[in-house]
Amino acid sequence: MVNYVPVLLILIIAIGMAAIIIILSRFAKKRRPTHEKLMPYECGVEPVGTARERQSVKFYLVAMAFLLFDIEAVFLVPWAVVFRGVVQSQVYQHLKFVFYGEMMVFMVVLFVGLVYVWRKGILEWNR
Amino acid sequence: MTNLLLEWVIKTIVILLILVTAVAYVTLMERKVMAWIQMRVGPNRVGLGKFRLWGLMQPLADGLKMIFKEDIIPLQANQWLYVLAPALSLIPALMTFIVIPYGSQITLFNYTIELHVTRMNVGLLYVLALTSVGVYGIVLAGWSSNNKYSLMGGLRSSAQMISYELALGLSIVSVLLYTGTLDLVEIVDGQRGFHGLAWNIFHYPLLILVFIIFYIASLAETNRTPFDLPEADSELVAGYHTEYSSMKFVMFQMAEYLNLITASSISTTLFFGGWNGPFVGRLPYLGPVYFTVKVFVLIFMAMWIRYTVPRFRYDQLMRFGWKFLLPASIVNIIISSTVILFMR
Amino acid sequence: MWQEKVLFIVFAVIAIASALNILLQRNPLYSALSLIGTLLSLSALYLTVHAQFIAAVQIVVYAGAIMVLFIFVIMLLNVPKDQPQIEKQKGLRYLAIPFAGLMIAEMFYVLRPIRLTTLPIQSGNAEQAVGTTWSIGTALFTDYLLPFEVTSVLILMALVGAMVLARREGD
Repeated sequence: MVNYVPVLLILIIAIGMAAIIIILSRFAKKRRPTHEKLMPYECGVEPVGTARERQSVKFYLVAMAFLLFDIEAVFLVPWAVVFRGVVQSQVYQHLKFVFYGEMMVFMVVLFVGLVYVWRKGILEWNR
Repeated sequence: MTNLLLEWVIKTIVILLILVTAVAYVTLMERKVMAWIQMRVGPNRVGLGKFRLWGLMQPLADGLKMIFKEDIIPLQANQWLYVLAPALSLIPALMTFIVIPYGSQITLFNYTIELHVTRMNVGLLYVLALTSVGVYGIVLAGWSSNNKYSLMGGLRSSAQMISYELALGLSIVSVLLYTGTLDLVEIVDGQRGFHGLAWNIFHYPLLILVFIIFYIASLAETNRTPFDLPEADSELVAGYHTEYSSMKFVMFQMAEYLNLITASSISTTLFFGGWNGPFVGRLPYLGPVYFTVKVFVLIFMAMWIRYTVPRFRYDQLMRFGWKFLLPASIVNIIISSTVILFMR
Repeated sequence: MWQEKVLFIVFAVIAIASALNILLQRNPLYSALSLIGTLLSLSALYLTVHAQFIAAVQIVVYAGAIMVLFIFVIMLLNVPKDQPQIEKQKGLRYLAIPFAGLMIAEMFYVLRPIRLTTLPIQSGNAEQAVGTTWSIGTALFTDYLLPFEVTSVLILMALVGAMVLARREGD
C-alpha cells in the first residue's frame, strides 16, 4: 500500500507546476484588455447569439453507450487477468470451459446490446 | 521510510524534468518531421547567442514567447473553470509516468535503484483511469470559453475521446489475457529472454492486430490527425482551445504531447518489450536507451501518419470508432481467449 | 501506523467537504465538479483499506464515465443556476430536523455493533490478498457467478432503456 504514495506525491507536484504556470502568466506581462480582445472569437465578425444554446441529444446517447460498454470492459479485466492462470493450472482444469463459457455468455448479451444500438441508428450521423 | 520518500521525490523530479524537456523537443521534432515530409527544412536557425545551434533552441524561444504573450480572459467566460480546465488537462497527463518501467535496476554509489518510480499491482488500470479523467479538461475548456465554436469543439472532442477509450480498454484486455497481470513492471519482466527479443508481439503474433487497434485508438484519444477534426484550424477555428492564449494554451499543448508520449510508452511496454533488448542483462544502462528509442520510433510513426493521411470527417470518425474498432477489439478478445484455451 | 491514519483523515475531510460543496453550490457544473472531487477522495479511501482494484475501477467507471455523462447532460440542457425560491410550505422546515435526527439515530443503531477486524491482507502470498485483481477475479467467476451474469442483463436493459427514452420516433 505504500506503493501508492508516489501518486499523491506526483499529484501535488503536478498541481504545483500548473499553479506556477498560471501565476507566471498572470504576472509576466501587461494586460491591456480592449473590447475586441474580450469578445468571443467568431472569425472577425460580431458574435451572433449566445453560446449557451441547446446541443444535440446525440452526445448524451454516446456518453450513455460509452458508460455501459465501459462497465463491460471493467468486468472483462479481472476475467482476463485470471483466465490464463486458471486454464493452465492443475487445480482448475475441469473448470476451463466453464470459465470461458461464462464470459462468452456475458459478451454475447452485450453484443446484442451493441447490435441493438447499431440497428436503431444511434451510431449514425453526426457521430 | 524517509529514505523511500527521498527516493520517490528524486525519481519523480528527474522524470518530470526529463518529460518537460522531452515535450519541448517533441514539438521541435514535429516541426522538423513535418518540414522534411513536406520537402522543406523546418526551423534551423535559433541558436544561443553567437552559436548557431541548428534550431535546437527553438523550443526555448517558443516557450519564452508564450510566457510573454498577453493573457486574455474573455469577458463572459466562467473564470474559475476557464483557468481550471488547462490544469485539469495537464495534471493527468503528467501523472502516468510514475508506473512505467524504464529499465531494470542500476547500481549507483553502492545503492540499487529500480528504474520505475512505483510499482502498482493495478498499474494498467491506473493508466486507463488517468486517460478517462483527461476528458474533463477538454469538455470544461469548451464550455467555459463561452464561444459557440469552443463548445461544439469541446463536446465533439470529448465524445470522440470517450468512444475510442472503449477500443483502447478492450485491446488492453486482449493483452491482459496473455500477460495475466496488470502490473506494468511484471509485464515487461515477462518479456525477457531470447537475447532480449522475446517481446510480446513476437511471442504472441495475434497481438499485432491488437497493437494496430490500440495504436489507432490512442491516436484518436490524443486528438492527433487523422482524428483531429475538433481542433483542426480550418474547421471549428481551433476547437476547444480557441479562446486560450499564452501559458494556458501552452498547458493544453503540453498535455497533448504528453498524452502522445504516454500512448507510445504504454504501447512499447505492452507490445514491444519496454526496456528489453539485446545485452540488457549485462549492461542495465541500456534499458532506458532501448526504451527511449522505441518510444521515439512510435512517436515518429504518429507524426508520419499525421502528415500523410487526410483527416476524417466527424461522423466518419465516430462511425469508425463504434462500428469498426469496437467490434474488432471484441472479436480479438474472443479469438485470443479461444487460442489460450486450446494451447499449451 | 500513524501515516495511514493521517492519510485517512485527510481524504475523509476532503470527501466530506466536497460532498457539502455539492449542496452549497448554485451552479450545477460546480456541483458536478465537487462530486468528482468526492469520488476521487473516495478512491483514495479505498486505497487505504487495500482495495486497489476497486479504487482504480471507481475512477475509470464512476469518475470517468458516469460523471462525464452528468456533465454532458448539464451542458446539453443548459441547466440554469439555482435561483432563490419562495418557500411555499414553511412547515416542512420544522419537520426536517426530527427526520434528520431519526436518520442519524438509525445509522448509529446499525453501525454500533460492528467490530473492526483485520483483513487478511498481510498474508505472504500476494495473490491471495483481498482486494487484488486476482482474488476479485477468482471470486467473481466462482462464488458470485449469478450476480455477474445478471449484471450483463442489467446493463443490456439500461442500454435499451436509455436509447428508447432519449430518441424520438423518426429521428
